[in-house]
Amino acid sequence: MSELLSLSGVEALRQIDAGELSGDELFSAYVEAAAGDELGAYLWRAEPGRPGCAGHGDGPLAGIPVAVKDIFCTEGVPTTAGSRILEGYRPPYTATAVQRLTDAGARVLGKTNMDEFAMGSSNENSAYGPVLNPWDRERVPGGSSGGSAAVVAGGLAPWSIGTDTGGSIRQPAAFCGIVGLKPTYGAVSRYGMIAFASSLDQCGPLTRTVSDAALLLGILQGRDPLDSTSVGIDGGISLPDREDLSGLRFGVPAELARDAVDSGVRTIFEQTLQKIEELGGEIAEVSLPSAEHGISAYYVIAPAEASSNLARYDGVRYGMRAGGDGDLIEMYETTRSQGFGAEVKRRIMLGTYALSSGYYEAYYGQAQKVRTRIAQDFSGAFEAVDFVVTPTAPSVAFKLGEKTDDPLAMYMNDFFTVPMSLAGIPAISIPAGLAEPDGGGPRLPVGFQIAAPAFAEQRLLDAAYALERGIGFDARPGGANG
Amino acid sequence: MIDREQVLHVAKLARLRLSDEEVERMVGELSGILDHVDRIGNLDLEGVEPTSHVVALENVLRPDGAPWQSLPRDTALAPAPEPYEGAFRVPSPQAE
Amino acid sequence: MAELEAVIGLEIHVQLATRTKMFCGCELSFGDEPNVHTCPICLAHPGVLPVPNEQAIRYALQIGLALECEIAPWSIFHRKNYFYPDSPKAYQISQYDIPICGAGRLGDVRIHRAHLEEDAAKMVHVGTSGRIHGSGASLVDFNRGGTPLVEIVTEPDLRGAAEAAEWARLLRETVRQLGVSDVNMEEGSLRVDANVSVRPAGSEELGTKTELKNMNSFRFLQRGIEAELTRQREIVESGGTVTQETLHFDPAGGTLTPLRSKEEAHDYRYFPEPDLVPLAPTEEMLREAREALPELPAARIARYEGLGLAPEVALTLATDPETAGYFEQTAEAADGIEPRVVANWVTGELAAALRQAGVEGGATASKVSPQFLAELVRLVQEKKISHGSGKTVLAKLVEEGGDPAAIVEREGLAQISGDGELAAIVEKAMADNADAVEKVREGNGKAIGAIVGAVMRETKGRADGGEVNRLIRERL
Repeated sequence: MSELLSLSGVEALRQIDAGELSGDELFSAYVEAAAGDELGAYLWRAEPGRPGCAGHGDGPLAGIPVAVKDIFCTEGVPTTAGSRILEGYRPPYTATAVQRLTDAGARVLGKTNMDEFAMGSSNENSAYGPVLNPWDRERVPGGSSGGSAAVVAGGLAPWSIGTDTGGSIRQPAAFCGIVGLKPTYGAVSRYGMIAFASSLDQCGPLTRTVSDAALLLGILQGRDPLDSTSVGIDGGISLPDREDLSGLRFGVPAELARDAVDSGVRTIFEQTLQKIEELGGEIAEVSLPSAEHGISAYYVIAPAEASSNLARYDGVRYGMRAGGDGDLIEMYETTRSQGFGAEVKRRIMLGTYALSSGYYEAYYGQAQKVRTRIAQDFSGAFEAVDFVVTPTAPSVAFKLGEKTDDPLAMYMNDFFTVPMSLAGIPAISIPAGLAEPDGGGPRLPVGFQIAAPAFAEQRLLDAAYALERGIGFDARPGGANG
Repeated sequence: MIDREQVLHVAKLARLRLSDEEVERMVGELSGILDHVDRIGNLDLEGVEPTSHVVALENVLRPDGAPWQSLPRDTALAPAPEPYEGAFRVPSPQAE
Repeated sequence: MAELEAVIGLEIHVQLATRTKMFCGCELSFGDEPNVHTCPICLAHPGVLPVPNEQAIRYALQIGLALECEIAPWSIFHRKNYFYPDSPKAYQISQYDIPICGAGRLGDVRIHRAHLEEDAAKMVHVGTSGRIHGSGASLVDFNRGGTPLVEIVTEPDLRGAAEAAEWARLLRETVRQLGVSDVNMEEGSLRVDANVSVRPAGSEELGTKTELKNMNSFRFLQRGIEAELTRQREIVESGGTVTQETLHFDPAGGTLTPLRSKEEAHDYRYFPEPDLVPLAPTEEMLREAREALPELPAARIARYEGLGLAPEVALTLATDPETAGYFEQTAEAADGIEPRVVANWVTGELAAALRQAGVEGGATASKVSPQFLAELVRLVQEKKISHGSGKTVLAKLVEEGGDPAAIVEREGLAQISGDGELAAIVEKAMADNADAVEKVREGNGKAIGAIVGAVMRETKGRADGGEVNRLIRERL
């Protein structure tokens, strides 16, 4: 990776500000790099001469490129959500999150590949091919924001935005050795973000550094009149500058200690706890009694909402239509059966079942109660500690095809990330080290997850920043550390 | 746990047409997932309110002021699979 | 078998007359070119979100208060999931088990609930598409999609078709006077469906009900319900059972046809709408809604009947607030005269005179001021002029406006009455109609009419009829 392409966003802006670099230069360099994408990470790229989507270059983001997960509507630019059913679809409007970035001067470099409709943990569910992990191209980058993570780790974008519903920013960030932040539910507008699970989806940054994440979050967050569930973050976000972790308490949940965590992941986790103590932080045990049921609750609530959100893909007003020579039902069934992939169909079926007559209380109703309990558990824990910490994922990046035959095994990737989503609280994953997978293989990134109370992003970023500095993770894909 | 009949019924509700092979696979996969998910059925959640709204907001409303610019009709119909005389054309429901 | 009674409930959809749609800022319109009032939100593009129209909430509160409903301190929206081209999200945002308005009442009918929801788009069937498998096509126009609706559901308190139509008219008038909707059945801003069943008179249990749709006038509503009651009665009386189904009213033949019975009834899979936050009407919103309520028909009818007006007259005025206001001004100016008398002049003589003269716009648009009408009424009541003369003066007032006393003077219409001048005329008339006098003496009371008629002709209608009768009888 060239010098230019390894600059963090904050660093690049500093150089642009100092006149050492221009936004145009940086943008062109990335356009060229992106054209050489061998990871399958981009579904659409800006090209020289083709203006792409907006971005006037003026403002705090000074023309710097940003990659955008293909789940965000971008006016006039193809937006597929990784699905065949939206092949060729060009939205007539732009998502608020993207608009805020381009209004601040950023330029959309490309739309990144993703698991279809954000359903997946490996980016193997895209209708447009899988994304490869830049650390090892036989492995997955994680999902559903696999493309957004791969471009940042692979030098194909300085930073990107993705979405996180049950871990879809944090887990790919962990697998790709970068920073990924899921803000508090309601911090960032969802308008224009193709909906998967309405009460869980949140937009967030995937970046090389915690400071970059803070910078982007500051621009993304805010109340949007077009999203009644958005509130923004009181006081906005400033760049973090914490020296150490003294005075801060970090809780490790007893119930989330699982055997099914790679030993390498466990080792890195323990090491990071030690690092926290070295930096002056205190480690304590906390109890989140309902958190282990997070997966069960999540895999009722998310598919239920998804089954309703995806019903609009019916071949009537946009997107793919098939079977239109038959009657209406024929058209609906053919369009949806041909347009949706297997995982999407599976979740639509699960969700429809959970909401159907006679099953609502037992499934959806019960799952929402579990959710309340999980939120209560976190509130209780935060009375004793400032943050809750876990490994981000139970393993390092696994091989392509390794888990595709067992949906439940795939769902277990979200074990540590889902509870925070259900509680609506913010959580960040930062790279904490490299480890071999159980069973042998190359050393791959391990993510460390820190969760904070709702709307405590500033404190979260400050702590993550100090820890990031303490850890000093500087490995790169394909580097000598591999 | 979930049988073939139920799978077919749910597929109909969701307007999905599954091949026989898909139905078989769905029965297995969904049963496996539901097995796991069913554990929440055993939890004692007496008196716990279900989360219906995540953010503690009320009355977020939009003033009924001047109408905004609607899409020009051409733009509205541009993505339509079958535009027809200014409208979206669809096959009729089965004969009434 | 025991006599059967009808049990009818109504489901009313009111389109609100807001400027913009329920969940987006597209303009509400009627009759425009298809698909000129759409946006990504009401077309349900990927990624869009709804934001509720504040005015729609206020209008719903006004409707709820007008129907004396309990207003829910906290209510939420639900998704009602079903696939149909006129429903672009494949779910309708509505309210399910926690609606904004609860139990209430209008007239003799209890209201079960009222809630907010969005209207579907319009679908037009266009017949064979000409394709090999062609079963026809439909065209969808999304202009109407997203229009705010309030759905009102009554308890099954109605007992007949005519009663149902009349109550529906009262509801329509009530909502119309709130100013929240055009409530025009032909245009579709008011839609009334009926749930109809029969049961043995006196029974507490409900029979199987059918749902009647597509009756787009009060007349059709009545005819449709009548037809269905007849049909159900025949079934029950011949020992059969009524099937629960939805019937479509065909205005051309006045007949009811079952809508295609679906293989499975709709499973709407209701769940709370995650994209919207709850409604919790504030004290201020409730106060403003209350203050926005005009005196509504039901209350006005009650007040007027209390003043002695006949029910039909009270109803006529209650459904015409402007004329009602005119009546009240006149009654006030006619202080001392029974309001009933004033009302009869306003809805009777004045209305007729205006019709006769081709004056449009009702009493308030006429040249007859309430003060001068009051004076005219007083002149008649005090027998200064005859009733007949009064009508003549009224016609002049309608034509040129002005002061009734001046007109009486000018036209020489002062009533001839009492002993003296009138008595002399009566005696002459009796003399001229001796055979009539004879007949009256023999007991034929009607013969007096000839004599009265003669007096009236002589006095050019300026005598008071009652007075003339008295004078004649005195001289028999």
